[in-house]
Amino acid sequence: MSDTTNQTGTPRVKTGLAEMLKGGVIMDVVTAEQAKIAEDAGAVAVMSLERVPADIRAAGGVARMADPTIVESIVAAVSIPVMAKCRIGHFVEAQILQSLGVDYIDESEVLTPADEEHHVDKWRFTVPFVCGCRNLGEALRRIGEGASMVRTKGEPGTGNVVEAVRHIRAVSDEIAWLKGLRGEQLYAAAKDLQAPYDLVKWVADNGKLPVVNFSAGGIATPADAALMMQLGCDGVFVGSGIFKSGDPAKRAKAIVEATTHFEDADIIARVSRNLGEAMVGINISDIPDSERMQERGW
Amino acid sequence: MTKRIGVLALQGAFREHMISVEALGATTVAVRLPEQLEGLDGLIIPGGESTAIGKLMTTYRFYEPIIHRHAVGMAVWGTCAGAILIAREIADCLVDQRSLELMDINVRRNAYGRQAASFEADLDVAHIAGGDFRGVFIRAPWIESVGEGVEVLARHGGHIAAARQGRLMATTFHPELTGDPRIHRLFLEEIVGE
Repeated sequence: MSDTTNQTGTPRVKTGLAEMLKGGVIMDVVTAEQAKIAEDAGAVAVMSLERVPADIRAAGGVARMADPTIVESIVAAVSIPVMAKCRIGHFVEAQILQSLGVDYIDESEVLTPADEEHHVDKWRFTVPFVCGCRNLGEALRRIGEGASMVRTKGEPGTGNVVEAVRHIRAVSDEIAWLKGLRGEQLYAAAKDLQAPYDLVKWVADNGKLPVVNFSAGGIATPADAALMMQLGCDGVFVGSGIFKSGDPAKRAKAIVEATTHFEDADIIARVSRNLGEAMVGINISDIPDSERMQERGW
Repeated sequence: MTKRIGVLALQGAFREHMISVEALGATTVAVRLPEQLEGLDGLIIPGGESTAIGKLMTTYRFYEPIIHRHAVGMAVWGTCAGAILIAREIADCLVDQRSLELMDINVRRNAYGRQAASFEADLDVAHIAGGDFRGVFIRAPWIESVGEGVEVLARHGGHIAAARQGRLMATTFHPELTGDPRIHRLFLEEIVGE
């Protein structure tokens, strides 16, 4: 029997949009004007928020979902997909973002968590979710809750790529470890990873994550973006790195080109020239444990 | 002779197309620079973001080489964003957006709406045996009108979802996400040909 009615919100449709973003750069923007700059530079999507992570870090206090007016003005300004962040576990912020027509919801550790035990039940939404992870277990827990895309967390708002590297290496190493296990060992592995067994088995059989994985949290230069791509990420999020730099339009375009040509050092060298001042970075050891965003999420 | 198929690899779901084409016995090339178009029997422009792919095509000077290679025999298939990029006309064209103007079709971007309206549905596709094809439409365009000499291959909800014209094919949905090889086979056997 053929079914010609439109079935929306299926897993394939949700993960499919992430597949279309691969090899691309998703940029944090706080105004419609920045969103246009990002689109013109070749961004595959924009993340609409009230403050970039570096400013959230500086401001302190509770960081929440952006004002709907900001999200709407960005949705109206560009034709590329628009993402927006809700607090971890804040399913009403997620409901609002879905009603505003955003294309992807980021349940994000950059904002202050609303629930220290539960994440949003993402299966209940038509709009897909992306979530952060530091290791394979965290990635698979989020996918088990219905995330259609993951991103390694890094440490947002630092301009320091070291945590992003640590997290993608952790995920890759754990996938390689699972591949080498025998069938009966996978049950114990699922227990160790605190992840659903069927997802652990899928990763062991296929040698990769079941959804697209981008890199986030600390990417500031074209070389950083290419590094994350060579380490196996499917694409990159750049948060504070663009609009906290000296020449955002030029830097944004250079990061887009380096992400596409991530194995071509001649091109990366060319686009890295004369980009002006990069954002001032922060050493991770200078951030108190309580202010590390990556520790949020369970 | 083994067919040599390039997949434009600037951004988007190019890997899935390469896997689908290789499973049918052709060799593939991930095309990131214009000189890699040399010697290709066919080129697939994949789904992705049409504005992002278009900008990289401009920066890396892909337009004239693709138009030239097609004129001397290279088949071209565009899926989703790729269908927009090979169209003669984009109904809701952005100011600085440019298409290759290869195929006599008029395409409307994001025609079904935003991601919440993305969908799957069964399609009756001409020239393929074995029943319906599961169409995956992601922020998909539709083909608003076609010129003479363009054969419509599939419609959905009153709009054209697939068409062919000589050595060109456009699909607004994503066969590369389904694991169903029939449309890739149609491209290799009938559009690329011998």
